[in-house]
Amino acid sequence: MRNKYDKPHDRVKEPLIHLVRRVDIPASKAWTIRIVCVLLGMLVCALFIMSITSLNPVSVYASMFSGAFGTGRRIWQTLKDMAILLCIGIGLAPAFKLRFWNVGAEGQVLIGGLVSAAWMITMGNKIPNVLLLLLMALSAMLASAVWGLIPAYFKSKYRTNETLFTLMMNYVALMLVEFFVDVWDKKQSHSVGIINGDTQAGWMPSLFGQQFAPAVLIVAALTIGMYFYLKNSKQGFEITVAGESENTARYAGISVPKVIMRTMAISAAICGLAGFLEVSCVSHTISSLTAGGRGFTAIIVAWLGKFNPFAMTLITGILSFLSRGANQIASDFNFNTYASSILTGIILFFILASEFFINYELVFRSRRGKEKAE
Amino acid sequence: MTLTSILAWLNAAVTFGTIIMLGSVGEILTEKSGNLNLGVPGIMYLGAIGALAGAFFYENGNPAPSPVISLIISLACALLASGFGGLLYCFMTVTLRTNQNVTGLTLTIFGSGVANFFGGSLVKLSGGVGQISVAAASSAYRAQIPVLSTKLGIFSTIFFNYGFLTYAAILIALGAGFFLNRTRAGLNLRAVGENPATADAAGINVTKYKYLATTIGAMIEGLGGVYYVMDYIKGTWDTGGGIEALGWLAVALVIFTSWKPVSAIWGSFVFGICYWVYLYIPNNISAVLAKICGNANPSHMQNLYRMIPYLVTIIILILVSKRKRRENQNPASLGISYFREER
Amino acid sequence: MDDRSAVRMENVTKRFGSVVANDHVSMNINYGEILSILGENGSGKTTLMNMLAGIYYPDEGYFYVNGSEVTIKSPHDAFELGIGMIHQHFKLIDVFTAAENIILGIEGSRTYDLKEVNRRVREIADQYGFDIDPEQKVYEMSVAQKQTLEIVKILYRGANILILDEPTAVLTPQETEKLFKILRAMRSDGKAIVLITHKLNEVLELSDRVTILRKGQYITTIPTPVATEQILTEAMVGEKVTLDIDRPLPVNPQKRLEIRNLTVYNEERVKALEDVSFDVYSGEILGIAGISGCGQKELLEAIAGLQHIEEGGKVIYTDPEGNEKDLAGISVREIRNLGIHLSFVPEDRLGMGLVASMGMTENMMLKEYDRGRSPFLDRTSSLKIADEIQKELDVITPSLDTPVRKLSGGNVQKVLVGREIAAEPTILMTAYAVRGLDISKSYTIYNLLTEQKKKGVAVIYVGEDLDVLLALADRILVLCGGRQNGILDARSVTKEEVGRRMTNIVSEEAAA
Repeated sequence: MRNKYDKPHDRVKEPLIHLVRRVDIPASKAWTIRIVCVLLGMLVCALFIMSITSLNPVSVYASMFSGAFGTGRRIWQTLKDMAILLCIGIGLAPAFKLRFWNVGAEGQVLIGGLVSAAWMITMGNKIPNVLLLLLMALSAMLASAVWGLIPAYFKSKYRTNETLFTLMMNYVALMLVEFFVDVWDKKQSHSVGIINGDTQAGWMPSLFGQQFAPAVLIVAALTIGMYFYLKNSKQGFEITVAGESENTARYAGISVPKVIMRTMAISAAICGLAGFLEVSCVSHTISSLTAGGRGFTAIIVAWLGKFNPFAMTLITGILSFLSRGANQIASDFNFNTYASSILTGIILFFILASEFFINYELVFRSRRGKEKAE
Repeated sequence: MTLTSILAWLNAAVTFGTIIMLGSVGEILTEKSGNLNLGVPGIMYLGAIGALAGAFFYENGNPAPSPVISLIISLACALLASGFGGLLYCFMTVTLRTNQNVTGLTLTIFGSGVANFFGGSLVKLSGGVGQISVAAASSAYRAQIPVLSTKLGIFSTIFFNYGFLTYAAILIALGAGFFLNRTRAGLNLRAVGENPATADAAGINVTKYKYLATTIGAMIEGLGGVYYVMDYIKGTWDTGGGIEALGWLAVALVIFTSWKPVSAIWGSFVFGICYWVYLYIPNNISAVLAKICGNANPSHMQNLYRMIPYLVTIIILILVSKRKRRENQNPASLGISYFREER
Repeated sequence: MDDRSAVRMENVTKRFGSVVANDHVSMNINYGEILSILGENGSGKTTLMNMLAGIYYPDEGYFYVNGSEVTIKSPHDAFELGIGMIHQHFKLIDVFTAAENIILGIEGSRTYDLKEVNRRVREIADQYGFDIDPEQKVYEMSVAQKQTLEIVKILYRGANILILDEPTAVLTPQETEKLFKILRAMRSDGKAIVLITHKLNEVLELSDRVTILRKGQYITTIPTPVATEQILTEAMVGEKVTLDIDRPLPVNPQKRLEIRNLTVYNEERVKALEDVSFDVYSGEILGIAGISGCGQKELLEAIAGLQHIEEGGKVIYTDPEGNEKDLAGISVREIRNLGIHLSFVPEDRLGMGLVASMGMTENMMLKEYDRGRSPFLDRTSSLKIADEIQKELDVITPSLDTPVRKLSGGNVQKVLVGREIAAEPTILMTAYAVRGLDISKSYTIYNLLTEQKKKGVAVIYVGEDLDVLLALADRILVLCGGRQNGILDARSVTKEEVGRRMTNIVSEEAAA
């Protein structure tokens, strides 16, 4: 048989780079890779900002740092950004650990915010503020849990694709918010403005003179709680098993539909709580921008943090710094704030890529040749 | 309802449908290679801003810009920008084997950031003031076929009332259908999406097919963005997130069509009709419904009608999942990275 | 050099992480002969051939095809060299037709004419006597049909060097005979045929030469006429192993399970078990024989409460005190809550019996985690069990928290079997408990099962190796296509009789 390999000089070269899956990698090396990737990402971010402004990389980060941490107020703003994003991420973590693709956090946050706002508008000043806040928080969580249970029910019953289901629910929630904004809006301006600006009914009281401190504290407690829930509770164990393999779950006597329903209820309820915090503690208003895309960013936070609430805290920290910093630069140079989405995208791509270098090793031809000679 | 308003409704549905048709045909090609790209909105954004920026730099400072040249430049820029989005996605998921869902979502954040940033700042960055507008390019995109668009009465209104991209979209969908079902490369591509290990063993270059299908798919999605910015909003920019919602609807339409490009043609028009239904529900019905909803203002009901396309998608999703047919399922290895030496 | 030489390998080495799958292997393959590659599971047979077929790329070494050095980077390169491999797990696209699978990856005109392809496939089928319908979808095919399709596929591409990876594992004896006939015909055609196997009888019956691998290393090549089972076994296992398994007579057997009229449909809504009835006794090992996929999995899962049992089926459990309870239709958790210690070692160890990403300790909790009222997990008792199992069964693992997916197959099985035995079962069911284990580890498992039997446990052993079934079990239930085909006394029945019943339903009178 004749073919193109018959003549030795025609033969194909050995591939230059060859991929090998790592069996094990020391944690220190893994973290070195991650940090290097984040730094590279930051460098690319700086180059991007340089190209549209006249700043050099050092002043880019000086400016960003000042935007995020320059004053006490800015630090609290950054902490508040972190808290809300992390809260959504904490909510998503159990669902994603179960491999339930809850892309519906946007909608779940909106529903939580909507219900909170409804209490503020209809019952403001009619009941004591503590009771009002309690009712707002509980009903926000309950309503979002029900909202999240709808796709969970169909997923566990008919295996309906939850990614698209929850995605579509986002828009339904959005329209619902716009409907109620119009209903509540007395000035035909498609906005409800600051709710109860005069009476501050339904507003979360400030702590130590800081408006955002209650939200930050609640989310911090939630973060610690979620860590132990996932790691040490029986329900957390069920989530891990069912997320890993449905067959193993059945074998262990775990009812997968039940776990899906329960976990989604918890997941959505925490997202609803984020909506409550946003309305009651942060913005004191409700609009179609209340979730602001954070439901999607939080998915990436949960995934990249490998559902470990503390790792997720770190990632939200980086993202909140970038977005506050980018907003500072945007306002210095009179650009719109979408620059922060660009930076977020860049840094996330780099963090994603770091996982590749942790899981795989590149073996180069020259090195293999050397091994052969030895 | 008058005939005029029905015709206006149909026209709006076709215009709207064209955008998501392009998005979903591109995504069908992509998903047939086993890549679940949730970056469709981001890629449509990149295509849109590519077209707008290309036309802007040509038209800005040119006293008498030629619409045709502006069109060609903007089209080329859009294909480059959206193709870059597809390549980036492929580099991440195929070469670096990152999680497809997360990478897609990141691409959507990135693409919307780039597009909205430059959409809002291009004029300022180039030293001008005011809103961005590319009149010449937009006029070329919106040009209608002479004679056919005017001389056939109602047929002209229904069938020939659109810019060339509408017809291009239908041709692309038909072409994609032919490609997938009749050509060797299409067969190979479907095999890659079903079972990459098998395709690999059959001597198909899995990486090449994934890259090509995803990048070409991204370019088609990018055309959806071009149509949005040049035809739908007439050569300007809006930062209201309109493309994002359309991008997600395009992803939903992929499931609706059971991964058949030809079904995307009528599917997208049905979606278009659902999307615009809120403008065409008669006032007396709104009044009745508003009463049921606790004496709401009838004009507020529109917000609820705008849920219809999403609710319809959800209902279809449930119905499809209730009766499973082997041929109508997603490609079997959709969403999974492939590494040949996995064991 | 022999001018019939098809392939020559020199010093081929392949590593997976720290595991050396092939260690400097050199060997020859010739045209016009059938070469067997013999070795135990894990001896590196498949890995070696996968490199020839372009699936893996070697870390070191050289390949010569038709006398010239070649680099095979991909299956495509292998095709160009006329090399085709039929894998153990078929590489077919389920939703495609036979013809679409056959032309997959072939270069040619941009479009293709399915009618023309169908015609050519029928031509090849007629030439060699294959039974194949080019328009049939793969998901509608039987295992033997799929294998036929695989062979037609590589012949269609004009392959001259054919590699078959354990082709008979999934075939009935009749189908095997048919396959051998075809292979002999291809040999006469001058093709080079490589048969990867661990079955000695096949080697002796079919091949011209046999190359033996052990633990990734090349041992020797023997012309078949001078080979005997003894020589081959010794070369394959390296040391002489005692083949007899200790089998005491059951002591005081009591009825533990009474299974009646069991009918089960599988996920595809196909009847997987039809009207199966038998009894299980304490202190004995009940072997279950059958070609793979004949309802063994569904049978064990139905008893364990993991399958829906059709109306009329009964699984009556009698505890040592004589209390009866019908387990049909109640869940795993309910069975557990009744205090019934039913242990089950499923076929899919990492996908069902264990959680791959968890360590030994957490895996010990899998069936016990919900004990007690506390909402939190109790790690101390499972840590103790994990520690005991590691010591007693000599599990090799870096730590008790190392994910079990990182352990070798034998150690994974020890963890699983260890846990199931630690639960002090009254019934112990195992499915393919020694698959993938080497001979000495297999014996560890046989001894563990026999020990349980001596303790009065009712053991159900689903196996694929008839020799082991005949030596280990007390009685053998034969399944054939989901139907029960006789319960035989393992001490007196012949291997041929079991084999016959695995493939043909015996009439009721004869079975009685």
